Amino acid sequence: MEYAVRVEVTLRRGIADPEGATIERALPALGFSGVHSVRTGKAFSLVVEADSAEDAREVAGALATRLLSNPVIEDAAVTVVGVA
Amino acid sequence: MSRVGVVVFPGSNCEHDVVAALSALGGRAELVWHAETDLSAYDALVLPGGFAHGDYLRPGALARFSPVMEAVAAAAEAGRPVLGICNGFQVLTEAGLLPGALQKNRGLTFLCQPTTLVVVSTRSVLTRAAHVGDELVVPINHFAGSYVCDDATYRALLEGDQVVLRYADNPNGSRGDIAGIANAAGNVVGLMPHPERALHALLGSADGRVLLEGFLAAADDAAASARLVAAP
Repeated sequence: MEYAVRVEVTLRRGIADPEGATIERALPALGFSGVHSVRTGKAFSLVVEADSAEDAREVAGALATRLLSNPVIEDAAVTVVGVA
Repeated sequence: MSRVGVVVFPGSNCEHDVVAALSALGGRAELVWHAETDLSAYDALVLPGGFAHGDYLRPGALARFSPVMEAVAAAAEAGRPVLGICNGFQVLTEAGLLPGALQKNRGLTFLCQPTTLVVVSTRSVLTRAAHVGDELVVPINHFAGSYVCDDATYRALLEGDQVVLRYADNPNGSRGDIAGIANAAGNVVGLMPHPERALHALLGSADGRVLLEGFLAAADDAAASARLVAAP
């Protein structure tokens, strides 16, 4: 089976996010009020060949930790979206 | 004389400057392509600045998996001097040869300017010829040079005398004003500033000399001990 998987990499709590802070500062000038805690990150979509959704999640999780994210500063969240 | 290998990744762009600087100081330096897996001919290694593999994903993230990196790790483990400058520092942290990580600069600006560095430790292969408290003017040229690490790592760096250089006036938000660190043994060093660009007073500063001269001396020591091991 082929599973569509989404990996979201975000900076770990406590790690400064200068891009997020800059975006947040720009919001009032554009008329958006009441928006805060902006954090930036990266999203990856993958198709994983695996026997089950759980296996697909495991493979994606391993590559997310080893390559897509730097665990020193980033967290990776893996979601199996469905059958590709 | 010792031989220094300067590793060239696709996208490196400071390798010729490093070779020129080491040669000007009387060293023998050669370029080594990143596909090389045997680095036994070299007594010391430099990972130069640039944008290895385009800095795709994160600076150093893909370079870490270049074929040459296994041999770089083996050389580091064997105690040979390994120096990462700028992008090379980022590669060394991604490869786990140095702790912590380099993040986008505070203020999100690309910084290209002279900085004043304070020598914190002379226990490393880069700073062994300098003196604690020396102030050196060396340029930086980076977008992701803000050093970050967790509290436990920072404490370990301090306790192990592994912070080798600090910025006198922190330009990028680095934790503890850190400009360069070493591993516990002192033979692997990474720094964001470019000592190879501070060789002549006419070009702004000659303060990079004391750093690269120390590194070449460390390479000579490594060559001498390798000969001792090889001798019957």
